[in-house]
Amino acid sequence: MSSMENFSPTHLINVTVNGHVEQRSVQPRQHLIDFLRDDLGLKGSHVGCEHGVCGACTVKLDGQIVRGCLVLAVQADRKRVETIEGLTQSGAARALQAAFVRRNALQCGFCTPGMLAAALELVETKPNATRTEVREWISGNYCRCTGYQAIVDAICDVLAENAEAAK
Amino acid sequence: MKPLPPATEHSRYIGQSVARPNALRLAEGRGTYVDDIELPRMVHVVYWRSPVAHARILKIDASFARMMPGVVTVVDGAEMAKICKPWVATLTHLAGMKSAPQYPLAIDRACWQGEPVVAIVANTRVEAEDALQYLVVEWEALPALIETETALDPDSPVIHGDLGDNLCFTRSLDTAGVDEAFANADAVAEVTFQFGRHTGVTLEPRCQISDYNPSDKRLTVHHSQQAPHMMQDLYSRQLGIPESHIRVICKDVGGSFGIKVHAYPDDFATVALSVMLERPVKFVADRLESFTSDIHARQHRVTGRIAANKTGEILAFEIDDLTGIGPYSMFPRTSAIEGNQVVNLVGGPYRHQQYRAKLNVVFQNKTPTCQYRGVGHPIACAVTEGLVDAVAQKLGMDPLAIRQQNVIRDDAYPMTATSGIKLEGLSHQQCLDKIALMMDYPALRAEQAELRKRGIYRGIGIAALIELTNPSAAFYGVGGARISAQDGATIRLEPTGAITVMVGVGEQGQGTEGIFAQIAADAVGVSMTSVRVVTGDTDVTPYGGGTWASRGAGIGGEAVLQAGLALQKNIVDVASVILKRHASELALVNDAIIEIATSHSLMPLAELGRIAYFRPDSLPAGFTAELMVTRHYAQRDYPFIFTNGVQASLVEVDVDTGFVKLLKHWVVEDCGRVINPMLVDEQMRGAVVQGIGGALFEECLYDDAGLLQNGNMADYLAPMAAEMPDIEVAHVETPTKTSQLGAKGAGEAGTAGAPAAIMNAINDALYPFNATVYSQPITPQKILRALGKV
Ligand code: FES
Ligand code: FES
Repeated sequence: MSSMENFSPTHLINVTVNGHVEQRSVQPRQHLIDFLRDDLGLKGSHVGCEHGVCGACTVKLDGQIVRGCLVLAVQADRKRVETIEGLTQSGAARALQAAFVRRNALQCGFCTPGMLAAALELVETKPNATRTEVREWISGNYCRCTGYQAIVDAICDVLAENAEAAK
Repeated sequence: MKPLPPATEHSRYIGQSVARPNALRLAEGRGTYVDDIELPRMVHVVYWRSPVAHARILKIDASFARMMPGVVTVVDGAEMAKICKPWVATLTHLAGMKSAPQYPLAIDRACWQGEPVVAIVANTRVEAEDALQYLVVEWEALPALIETETALDPDSPVIHGDLGDNLCFTRSLDTAGVDEAFANADAVAEVTFQFGRHTGVTLEPRCQISDYNPSDKRLTVHHSQQAPHMMQDLYSRQLGIPESHIRVICKDVGGSFGIKVHAYPDDFATVALSVMLERPVKFVADRLESFTSDIHARQHRVTGRIAANKTGEILAFEIDDLTGIGPYSMFPRTSAIEGNQVVNLVGGPYRHQQYRAKLNVVFQNKTPTCQYRGVGHPIACAVTEGLVDAVAQKLGMDPLAIRQQNVIRDDAYPMTATSGIKLEGLSHQQCLDKIALMMDYPALRAEQAELRKRGIYRGIGIAALIELTNPSAAFYGVGGARISAQDGATIRLEPTGAITVMVGVGEQGQGTEGIFAQIAADAVGVSMTSVRVVTGDTDVTPYGGGTWASRGAGIGGEAVLQAGLALQKNIVDVASVILKRHASELALVNDAIIEIATSHSLMPLAELGRIAYFRPDSLPAGFTAELMVTRHYAQRDYPFIFTNGVQASLVEVDVDTGFVKLLKHWVVEDCGRVINPMLVDEQMRGAVVQGIGGALFEECLYDDAGLLQNGNMADYLAPMAAEMPDIEVAHVETPTKTSQLGAKGAGEAGTAGAPAAIMNAINDALYPFNATVYSQPITPQKILRALGKV
C-alpha cells in the first residue's frame, strides 16, 4: 500500500437543494446527510444513529421523506432535496413549527427537524389522520425528551386547523 | 386547592404556561449543537476501543494507520498519560469506597468493551475512520468478571489486584428493631427484584470540540455537557492548565439526562490531543460508541421484605441490594451514589418505624455505570411499591387504601424518615386523593372486574414516590468533589430597557432558560420580550454547578429571582434620583417606573437606561447607577429538598402473547411552586416515558463474555410514539420554605415513579393467574414465563 493511493474517487452530482442547484464532487460512499451537513453546511438536519432508526436525519427527496443516513449523495443526483432550512424559508413547515412551540413539542430540539419533516408529510398526505394514526406515523422518529404526547398534540392541532380552514 | 400567593409583587409570568423563547430557533433548525461547529484547522479524532470485556494490550502498531491520507497523529495511553493525570473516583463521605486509577486511554489493560485505547486524529472524520481500519492492536483476552452475583466470590478474578477484591462500596443501615417487627407481623412479603442495565440514549451523542491556543495558553472546549464549571475544574486539574485559562462552552445540548454530567476518559483524551496538536480537535461519538461508552445505569438485584399487621399498618422494610458498576467508579460523581440512594429512599413515603438495608456495589467488566435520570429512585420506588402491593395482596387490601393508610401525614412535616433522610414538607395524602379522583379509581376497578369476566386482563398500578431535588453540598461537596452546590445569576439592564440574564445553570431542553426569563421578567418588572438569557459559558456566567439532581429551577431559579429583585431595587434608586422622588413612592412595573399611589407611569425604563448610561452627568454627584447585579443561592437548610408525587398506570396484558398495552398513565406531582405548568407537565411526560422504557423495553444485553449484544437503536428498544400512552398530569403545590421562590425540582420524578406503576399494573393484571413479574424490563417473554406458558 502506498500513501499516494487514491482512497476517494469522486463523482460529480447536481442536486437541487432547497431550490438552489448545487454541483459538487462527492465520494460514492458519502451519505446524503453528510453531504448536506458537511459539504453544504446545512446543519439543521441531524445525525442520531446513522443506521436508519432514529429519524433525526429525515429530509425530503423529490417530495418524499427519506432517511439522509440511508441514502447516498450520489442517489440524489438530479433530484430535489428539501431540508428544514428550506421548509422553514418556504413557510411549508410554519404551522407545524408554531404548534410545536406552543405545545412545547420539543425540548432539546435535536429530533425536531426530522420530526417536522415526517409530520409535514402526514399533514400533506393524510389530512384526516386520527390521533392513533399520528402516533403511528411518527413512530419511526425517536424523541428521548418529550414522551411524544406534545408532538402528537401539536400535529393534531395542525390537522384540525387545516380541516377548519378547508370548510 | 387554593393558589399560592404570587412569588413577586407584580407577577405576570411565574405560574403561567408561557412558550419557551428559545424553542422556535430549534424548531427552525437553527440550533448550534457541538457537531454543527466548524473551526479553522479543526481535526477529528476517532478512538480504537477495546473489542472485548477484559484484555491485556500487547502491542500497538500504528505504522500503517499513520500512512493513511489525512492522518495527523496516532496516540496511545502511555503518551497521553504524559500530559493528563489519571483519576480515582471516590467520595470521602461514602466511607470505605474504593476504585482504581483510570487513564484517558487505557494503558496495558482494557477493562470493558468500549474502553478507549488508541486515538487516531485525521483531517476529516472519514479519514480517521479509514485509518482506524489499519491500526493493528495485539491483545490477549483476560478472564472477565461479568456477573455481579459472583463478583465477591473468592475464586472470581479480581479486576484491580491492588484493591484486593471487587467490592467498590458497601453500606448497611439498621434501625435495630427489624427482626422483632417481622416476628410480630401478621403478614410478610418477600420479593426479589431485578433491574436491567440501561442507558440514556440521548439523541445527540456525546460530543466535544477542544481548542487549545498555545499563544495565550488558553483552552476552549465546546461541549455537549450539563456542568461546564465542573469540567473546567477537572480539565485544569488533570492537565495542569490554570483554571482561569479554560473556557467551557455548552450551547445547544441535544438531550442529557445525566449522561452528559460525567467526565469521560475520551473527554480528557480529546482535550489532551488539542493541547498536543495545538489546534481544535472534534470528537463525536457514533451510536455504537454511545452504547458502549456512555454511562449505563440501574443494574441492581434487590431482595426486599415488608412486614405489616392485619390492620394494614406497614411495620418494616428490609432490603439487600447488589449492584454492578463496571470496572471503574465514574469520575467525579462516583458510581456508588445510585446504590446509596436506593438505601436512602426505600420506604420513603411511609410511616413504618423499622428499616434494614444492605448494599454491595461491585466491580465487573462492563461499561461503567453512574447517575442517570432518577438515580436510584426508580429502583427504590419499584422495590417499595412492589412490596407494598405484595403485602396488600396478602392482607386482601386495596392498593390505594393501604397507601392512604400508611403514607406520612401531610401535617407531620418537617420530619426525619426512618432511613434518616430529612423531609421538609410533602403532600402524599393530597396527591393520593387527587389521583384517585383523576382516574376515577372505583369506576376503573369496576370496569376491571367486568372485563376480567370476559377474559380481558387489565391492571391498575399505583406508585407513591419521593424525589430528591435542590441538593445542598451534602451530595458531592462534602465528599471532596469540586462540584458547586451554589449557583449564581447576573442580570444587567441594557440602555434600551432590556435585561440580559446570565446564569450558571444551563439548558438541555428542559426549558431552563424559559423559566429563568419568566422569573427575571417578574422580578425586575419587565416584559419577557425584553429578557435575554445566556447560559453555558464559563467565561460569561457566574460560577455554578449546572444541571443535575433537579436543581435548575430550585437553585438557579432562586438566584435569578434574587438578582432580579436586587436589580429592580437599584433601578428604582436611579429613578428616585432622576425624578427627585423618594424611592418608596416608586415601583418598576411593566417596563416603566410608576408612582405607586396612582399607578401612573412616570418614565419608561428605556428612558432611565438612556439617562443612566449616556447622561450620568445629569445625575447628582457621588451617585452611581449600579445596573448590573449578581446574586447567588445555595440551599443550606436541608441536605436535599424532597418532592413527592404519585403515579398510576392502566395496562392491558394479552395473556396469550405476553404483550402489554399501556392504556393510560396519570401523574400527580408536587414540585413546590410551579413556574411554568406546561413545562413541568412536559418534564413529567418525558420522564415517565423514560421510566416506561426501563420498565418494559430497555436493556443493555451482554453475552457471557461481556460483549454487548444490542449496541444499536434497532436492537436496543427505546420507547417510540406508537406504544406510549397519553399521560395526564396534575399538580399539588407545597412550596419549599428554604427559598423565596419556593420551587423544587421536577425533571426526574417521572422516571422515578413510572417503572413501579407499570410493574404493579402488570402484576395486578396477572393477579387472577397468581403470577407475578419483578424483573425489569418486563418483556412479553417474562410475562409468558410467569404464566407458565413458555
Ligand atoms: S441518523 Fe438517520 S435515521 Fe438516525
Ligand atoms: S426534543 Fe430532544 S430528542 Fe426530541
